[in-house]
Amino acid sequence: MISLFFLLFWTFFQIGLFGFGGGYAMISMIQGEVVGHYHWMTTSQFTDIVAISQMTPGPIGINSATYVGYTALTNAGHAWYWGVLGSAVATLAVVLPSFILMILISRFLMAYKHHPTVEHVFSGLRPAVVGLLAAASLCLMTPENFSTPSANPWQFWISVALFLFAFVSTKVYKMNPIRVILLCGLAGLLVM
Amino acid sequence: MWELFSTFFRIGLFTIGGGYAMIPLIEAKVVDEKQWIGREELLDLIAVAQSCPGIFAINIGIFIGYKLRGKRGAFVTTLGTALPSFLIILAIALLFRQFQDNIYVERIFRGIRPAVVALIAAPVFKMAQMAKINRYNIWIPVVATVLIWLMGFSPIYVILIAGIGGYLYGQIKEDKL
Repeated sequence: MISLFFLLFWTFFQIGLFGFGGGYAMISMIQGEVVGHYHWMTTSQFTDIVAISQMTPGPIGINSATYVGYTALTNAGHAWYWGVLGSAVATLAVVLPSFILMILISRFLMAYKHHPTVEHVFSGLRPAVVGLLAAASLCLMTPENFSTPSANPWQFWISVALFLFAFVSTKVYKMNPIRVILLCGLAGLLVM
Repeated sequence: MWELFSTFFRIGLFTIGGGYAMIPLIEAKVVDEKQWIGREELLDLIAVAQSCPGIFAINIGIFIGYKLRGKRGAFVTTLGTALPSFLIILAIALLFRQFQDNIYVERIFRGIRPAVVALIAAPVFKMAQMAKINRYNIWIPVVATVLIWLMGFSPIYVILIAGIGGYLYGQIKEDKL
């Protein structure tokens, strides 16, 4: 169990340290480590975390660290209070690099923001972050989240329709994400 | 100090849907109401917080706390911003376990999961615009996507490689000049 706490801390410390590009890019990293690498939870469980993080207030990074910390411990068969400690460890770990870096950077970066070296590093980082976002959504298009045409055609096509609805309503009509999630939850309750 | 904590606690509590949603709230509280920083300073701060790793909202809190009260101020604003989500999510995690096997909850989440995937996909194009993607650098996000999605690379390494690549590219370009 000690090693699980250590791994949680180390994983979320890295995520906090390399988490450029906001909440969604961080989700890609969290998914890569938590689902892909360590198998602390299933893709469905992870998607539920993202949904819950979306619907509740607060930064997505904090929300998912708290939830993953709890779920990783309880999925491994430990009691709920160890889960609470796991939450605290993951949340602390994801915030710690920002805390150290922002204090250093708020002193220096303002002065060096337009330094060529800094600009070059960011000219590589910014396009990669776009790829991170695209990968995050592609990695979540799994049978677990959408079902398959052969296993359950009804659920599959409804899922595809809900995906298209959510995409268009947020992208084109700028609908509030919380409302989108609530509507799709209602649709799931009624027809799936 | 208490004012710093309660202000950022409120900002953390009412930020729904990610860091960018909180900018108007910070503007109203920190610039207009408390006058801790100026409007232009906030714009610079947003640029710095965006280009730094970590959680956007936390980064902004740390910067303002540090500016006003040093390291202690930064600690207080971090705690204030993180605490509401931590407590709310913990409560949900404790309760959700009892509900997640319920057939109605499962059905609701079957509807929600595809929507979440779409919500993550939607900002890709806006981000591409902000990152100034053109035909010369479009290969970077494409390669990053393929590495992560099809080849199972960790995004952490992709970010590291991209940063180092940008740095080396700059070095080579300067040598040529």
